[in-house]
Amino acid sequence: MTPLEVGAQAQGEASAEAPGSRRRPFVATLGRLLRHRLFLTGLCLFGIIVLAAAFAPIIAPEDPNRLAMRFKFLPPGAEYPFGTDNFGRSQWSRVIYGAQLSIAMGLAVVALNAVFGTLIGALAGYFRRLDDPIMRVNDALMAFPAILLAIGITAVLGPSTIDAVIALAIAYIPRTARIVRASVIVLREMEYVQAAIAAGAGHWRILRHHILPNAMAPLIVQLSFLFAYAVLSEATLSFLGLGAVPPTPTWGNIMAQGRQYMTEAPWIITIPGVALMITVLGLNLLGDGLRDVLDPRLRVQP
Amino acid sequence: MTRLVLRRFASALPILLMVSLITFALMRLVPGDPSAVIAGLSATPEQIAAIRADLGLDQPWPVQLWRWYAGLLHGDLGRSLLLGQPVVEATFLRLPVTLALSAYALVITLLFGLIAGIIAALRQNSWVDQAAMLAAMLGISVPSFWLGLLMILLFAVNLHWLPTGGYIAFTDDPLGWLRTSTMPAISLALLQAGLLARITRSTMLEVLRQDYIRTARAKGLPRHLVIFKHALTNALIPITTVIGITVSLLISASVVTETLFSIPGIGQLLTQAVLNRDYPMVQGGLLIVTALLVLVNLIVDIGYALLDPRVRYDTA
Repeated sequence: MTPLEVGAQAQGEASAEAPGSRRRPFVATLGRLLRHRLFLTGLCLFGIIVLAAAFAPIIAPEDPNRLAMRFKFLPPGAEYPFGTDNFGRSQWSRVIYGAQLSIAMGLAVVALNAVFGTLIGALAGYFRRLDDPIMRVNDALMAFPAILLAIGITAVLGPSTIDAVIALAIAYIPRTARIVRASVIVLREMEYVQAAIAAGAGHWRILRHHILPNAMAPLIVQLSFLFAYAVLSEATLSFLGLGAVPPTPTWGNIMAQGRQYMTEAPWIITIPGVALMITVLGLNLLGDGLRDVLDPRLRVQP
Repeated sequence: MTRLVLRRFASALPILLMVSLITFALMRLVPGDPSAVIAGLSATPEQIAAIRADLGLDQPWPVQLWRWYAGLLHGDLGRSLLLGQPVVEATFLRLPVTLALSAYALVITLLFGLIAGIIAALRQNSWVDQAAMLAAMLGISVPSFWLGLLMILLFAVNLHWLPTGGYIAFTDDPLGWLRTSTMPAISLALLQAGLLARITRSTMLEVLRQDYIRTARAKGLPRHLVIFKHALTNALIPITTVIGITVSLLISASVVTETLFSIPGIGQLLTQAVLNRDYPMVQGGLLIVTALLVLVNLIVDIGYALLDPRVRYDTA
């Protein structure tokens, strides 16, 4: 890996406005992102995982659940690039199909957050009368540590892929809502919004056309970090036996099962962990890059 | 001062009330009949009815709510189905274990996070800075339970330096506690140290750019005095608020770490409760832990107001 351009992060490249950025803001932003080395590194790392997940049936033709006891505990080699487990299943296939599930679940949590976080945050930030009741509940939900709340919700719903997504979404939506609300409150008082109100624009129109588009930057940054947390938390839940039920391969449950064979087959726990780390690292770098370019004011926060 | 503390406490009360309401509601949202789930497939209708009566689920929900709050006021959160122990007792028996582990992890976090962040800021853009920030980035990206597994593999299974798991209380044997707690504490602290290093660095850089730092340097104060007396003391104020979040994250991360290292703390208790559908335990444990964290944040908040004379929360 190239040495990280930490200096660029601190200086905030965003302050150097590219010429012509006023006319084509999207292209200019994209150009700045593609010149950001942290962002590019993250894009490559995350890209590898996404491509592996997308082309899983082609690059891992073997069924991840095919049992072949004759071939159990084979170390990584030509036939089985990532070795086999206690049932002789190809770890290559299991890790790649695990990627599919991780990405899909992360994406689902992010999508639910984008929709409901924006909705709740916008309602609370825009309508003063709704602010207090919504934020009361929101703050209380935020008082629960996210992973504990997710575990509590899984206790209610039972372990499954969909329920883990719902549990993680509920645990993180209050945090997203708070960020959207903060932007909306600031934007609501801006003169151009006041002008729109004075001109008789409806609430819906003001929110949709004047406020939310300008509240997108911090939301996008938040969602990219959230993607990383969601992937990590999903792996944690399924490691604890609270996520997708085996034999469905997830990185978390592969590691949980491989734990008892760690002396004879250490590759079972090592490789999914590396895949998980590449994903989370890639997403964190993407998040850092997006934050530097889209919203340099957020630099101070984690 | 007293007014500030009282006001902060008053603002925490509605949150605690809402938290208790959410935990109450959570367990009533179990699809189907929780009593049947607890009793198992082979249970007779009489057995299910007995469990339902035992949990108070045969009552209408306003009665259940009233009993929940009446119990709360008496410090009674029901009885764990799995352990047969009162929930409050089971939780408080295991709390010291989690707190000791979190405290150890917090020390590691502060040590590495603060030092790495400060050095990185002072040597901005140097290789030290880049290395520290690369390490911090890896820290926040490495799954803690995976790091734990790798440490077990290396230090316990292969080198036999440390036990693979288990727990010895500090009061029984301090050295044994250190041997059983070091790997879990490191795996817990890694993520937090990474976060703290990043925050410390950016906060420190922000402070170092301030005019009063330039003035202090210009009037000829030695560099170390400027850094430690002028810059650091001011940078530490916003960092204090992060510590509240760190404690909360450490305690929630202990769920997986304790399960991995077989440490009998709150995390393991809650995981077992969830896996065995011990609803009263999940509900009570979640409530107690969250209430404690609300209190931790309250204390940090008050500490923040004490440290920073600009913050008096007079309008809050």
